[in-house]
Amino acid sequence: MTNLRAESVSLGYDGLRVIEGLDLTLPDGKITAVVGPNACGKSTLLRGLARLHPLDGGKVTLDGTDITAMPRKELARRVGMLPQSSVAPDGVRVAELVARGRYPHQGWFGRHSSDDDAVVTAALESTGVADLADRPVAELSGGQRQRVWIAMVLAQQTDIVLLDEPTTFLDVRHQLDLLDLLTELNRNQGTTVAMVLHELNLAARYADHLVVMSAGRIVAEGAPSAVLTREVVGEAFGLTAQVVPDPVTGTPLVVPVGRYHSK
Amino acid sequence: MTTHTAIAELRAVRRRRQVLVVAGMVLVVLVAGTGALLVGAAGLTPGQAIAGVLGLGDKGDVFIIQKLRLPRIEAAVVIGAAFGMAGALFQSTLRNPLASPDILGISGGASLGAVTGLLALGLSGVALSGLAFAGAGAVALAIWLLAWRKGLHSIRFVLVGVGFAYLCASLVAWAMARAEENEAAGVLIWTVGSVSDIRGDQLALVASGTLVLLVAVALVARTQGPLALGDDNARALGVHVDLARIGALLLAVALVALATSAAGPIAFVALVAPAIARRLVNDGGAALAASTATGAAMTLVADVVGQHALLGIAAPVGIVTGLVGAPYLLWLLATTEKRSR
Repeated sequence: MTNLRAESVSLGYDGLRVIEGLDLTLPDGKITAVVGPNACGKSTLLRGLARLHPLDGGKVTLDGTDITAMPRKELARRVGMLPQSSVAPDGVRVAELVARGRYPHQGWFGRHSSDDDAVVTAALESTGVADLADRPVAELSGGQRQRVWIAMVLAQQTDIVLLDEPTTFLDVRHQLDLLDLLTELNRNQGTTVAMVLHELNLAARYADHLVVMSAGRIVAEGAPSAVLTREVVGEAFGLTAQVVPDPVTGTPLVVPVGRYHSK
Repeated sequence: MTTHTAIAELRAVRRRRQVLVVAGMVLVVLVAGTGALLVGAAGLTPGQAIAGVLGLGDKGDVFIIQKLRLPRIEAAVVIGAAFGMAGALFQSTLRNPLASPDILGISGGASLGAVTGLLALGLSGVALSGLAFAGAGAVALAIWLLAWRKGLHSIRFVLVGVGFAYLCASLVAWAMARAEENEAAGVLIWTVGSVSDIRGDQLALVASGTLVLLVAVALVARTQGPLALGDDNARALGVHVDLARIGALLLAVALVALATSAAGPIAFVALVAPAIARRLVNDGGAALAASTATGAAMTLVADVVGQHALLGIAAPVGIVTGLVGAPYLLWLLATTEKRSR
């Protein structure tokens, strides 16, 4: 049982408060999606959970322990995080990039062991990029590249994986591929996944737990079918929308109403 | 299992390549060093040279080898290694292939310190070197103070450094313009760099200092891999980013200050040696060891070429590294296959 929890957390940039006194517990072994309008603080929240951004108040705990009291490497062995739009260094190859995910598991003079090779191989295979192992990352397509970054986070072998907009810049098919991959990770290995997503309907389909944010606070959270109502969409996004059942999955499907093009 | 061994094999291939590049550069050092021992105003046979290195044989030969030729070779290797490593550290820590002590003004700070000591205070020897060291350190500190904004931002660090480079260059040029003709020649060496007069205690100091710093770099080198992925990724992998970056930059500044205080700002070595090393190793890593070896080989070869006018130019090493290094860099860049970003 590993529980990542934010307790009355406040976060901001240079005195500008983005999030004030927010509480959130990521359900263990589930997929959580965080949605909300631009600048609502969802990325900042994720960064705070992973200790990428200092807290102005409150604390983030892992199994009850304040994460700032943990050695950084120990935290990195338990919580993985893929930041938004990572850029690989020039010339670095796929296997080498993925192997850098092993850093928190290696000692001061750590060399790669055959255990590391096995973990890297498993990460390459489960993300479907094993054939690309010797290719420079810069030569890959956007979808392949994002898989490689996820493979790096998998090589970190954490119980909890946080992802900041992992589907940005991907076309619809690659978005589905990637979310299916995360679902497999969750189902096969019991990994707790939490991600910031822009696409409401995919979030509703893939998440067990949906968190809707607006202006630095949580508007609603829970099962997507309970949370994603026209009232919540209206409050969080300032958007008039109809919410109908997704014909494929039965999860909520948000159909926005704009100012033009109505029947 | 087949892919498992394939991944292990890929890693072994990359590793062999690193070792090969370092070994190749060491070979260059050995060949150029042997040549430099044998060739000179007093021609020596290989036998006489070996005897001289061991302190045996004719007194005159021993003097030539041990007091003149060997120290110059050692100085070139040590200074080159220091510049190579410092450049590689700057470039990988700041994630910028242009970041090098020449361009960041840190070498310029050393020149300014030395020129001030020479012209205004009439210093020489170790005191002068001390002032050059202080000049490099002062510029690094100034860049630091101006570039720090709740964390170190690479691009700001580089831009502030470029500003200081111009400032130092202007002040040195101004000092030279005001200097007497006989003083200006002594000043000139602090603007181009030379390894011809480093021997005895000074050589021992620079060599042991460089060695200590290289060992220290080896201890912190592991953070360079995660750091190259960007601050957020490095933090997510458990690296204390600010500490790791401060540590790496301090070591790089110390290497440059030490090398420059003895040899002056040898142009281009810190910029080009890592670029060459990374291109040869070609694994997307920082190539720290290969850069060190490349810096040593490059500086020694340039010094031998300059000393014996092999290309028709008899010049201090700093001029040769610029003349040879710049075209080589351009050739490397022109022949690197075009890649999509």
